[in-house]
Formats: sequence, structure tokens, C-alpha cells
Amino acid sequence: MKARVIVTLKSGVLDPQGKAIEGALVSLGVPGVASVRQGKVFDVELAGEDKAAARERLTAACEKLLANTVIENFSIEI
Amino acid sequence: MKAAVIVFPGSNREGDMARALAQATGHRPDMLWHDDHALPAGTDLVVLPGGFSYGDYLRCGAIAGRAAIMDAVRKHAARGGLVLGVCNGFQILCESGLLPGVLMRNANLRFVCKMQHLRVERNDTAFTRQYGKNQVIEVAIAHGEGNYEGDDATIERLEGDGLVAFRYCDASGRIGGAANPNGSRNDIAGIYSAGRNVLGLMPHPENLIDPLVGGVDGRGLFESLASAA
Repeated sequence: MKARVIVTLKSGVLDPQGKAIEGALVSLGVPGVASVRQGKVFDVELAGEDKAAARERLTAACEKLLANTVIENFSIEI
Repeated sequence: MKAAVIVFPGSNREGDMARALAQATGHRPDMLWHDDHALPAGTDLVVLPGGFSYGDYLRCGAIAGRAAIMDAVRKHAARGGLVLGVCNGFQILCESGLLPGVLMRNANLRFVCKMQHLRVERNDTAFTRQYGKNQVIEVAIAHGEGNYEGDDATIERLEGDGLVAFRYCDASGRIGGAANPNGSRNDIAGIYSAGRNVLGLMPHPENLIDPLVGGVDGRGLFESLASAA
């Protein structure tokens, strides 16, 4: 089973990398860029077909390692 | 004082740290590997040195913070044992939950490597007894992710409980503005745990222990520790 975990910075947390990318997009002339926030995507392959169990395991994985919940939110797509 | 230095894949300041500890205590520290499971009997102080553990993959200190040896370090800290984390070691302490908050990318996005003044916020802890209160010391900094951040409640608690250990300042001890090299909240360079037995700081006192390399302002920290146990 394939799953995707998306980790993003919580709103209010300063994201200097996102700001730099935003500045670069604006200077490239990409129209209408109001704001950029950088995050991470993890594509995970899991054994088994039980989606609820997979979600549980990935939630634990996020809380233990993939996200720093002080500054980051995570979401799971299965 | 019996010290142990933990070495992770990608640590690179463990030799400097061992030298500073040996100079102050008279003994070489034990060097432990990240997948050891126990500290040597009688360990007073555990040190997490600087470097780039696991290549800074995922987040700085994230993978090292979950290494096997960290359970033993957590137990040691819970017993009141001394723990020191410098630079990447500070990041590991935050990621492992031993210290609150997080070290973010420097606000100017640049790796900063230079001499930096710090103000010693209090001199009644095991780490700072050999300094004066509000003494200004000059040590080295070298990091890309040293921008200390916490939520408002965390910062308030650190300030209210006197858990800020060092602040960035200029040569005359003035805090703020250009004296802050990385954007840290409240100019925080290092913090203590609630029991003040765990210290994490971004600067490298272990590199300022010999006049040959520019100063000895780092010695006070190691001499404090040597006299603490």
C-alpha cells in the first residue's frame, strides 16, 4: 500500500526558506505570488492492505520522527 | 567528575570536547557510540558534541535524538545527572525532548562561523560557577540552524524561571540588534532544563580553552563542571 505523508510548518512559524523562495519567484516575474511556505513530502510503502492500521502506524511515525510537532503539522494520504 | 561523550555518525567536535574535558578534569572522558545502550557506571556528565549527526537529514538532530543511547541519557537526566549539548548537541537535546523549543534555520539563511560574545545569565549552576553573573565571554559559533524558537508559553516559562543560560551580545554586553547572529528569540544562545542539570547551547566553548587558538573564555564552563561533581 502506498501512502503519502505531508509535513508543513505551523502557521505563525517563521519560514526563512519559504520567504527566500517567494522572493525568487517574485523576481522571476511569476505573477500573483503572495506567499510561499516550504514543507516536506514522504512517500511510504507499507505492507498489508488495512488502511486504518496504516493510518495509525503513520501517525505514530509522524509523532515519533517525521514531524517535530513543536513547529510542524502533518497530514496522511492513503 | 566522570564524563562520557556520545559520538553519532557525523559528529565532528568530539575530539575538541574530549580535550576540553581532559584539561579541566584531568581525565579523558569515555567515548560512547550512538547504539550503545548504557552509560558507564558512575557517569556524572554526558556530553553531546557538535557536528552534523546523520548529515542533518530530516531535521538537525532529529535522527540522533532517537538513537538507542538517548534512552540512557534521558534516564540520567531524570535522575538529576548533568547533560551538556553543544551546537548539534543542543539540536539533539531539543529533538529528544530533553530541552524545549527548536533550532530553526538562521534568519539570514547563512551559515555563520565567527567569534561571538555571550552574556552569562546566571553563575549559580553546575555549568557556570567559574564565571561572574552577567560576565561577557567571547567564544566561537559555527552553525546554519541556531535560530532558537519556542511558542510564547515556552519562552515565557524559560524567562520567568531563569532558564536562559547565555544570550548573544556585543563586546560591551549589549543585547539585541546586530549582536544577534541568527535571529534567536530573545537573543537566546543557550538554555537549561527546569532542574538546571541539562544545558544546551549553540556556541563552542570547547574551542576556546587554549591561548594558542585565540582565547580561553570557554574554560570556565569545563572548570565549573569539573568542580561540580
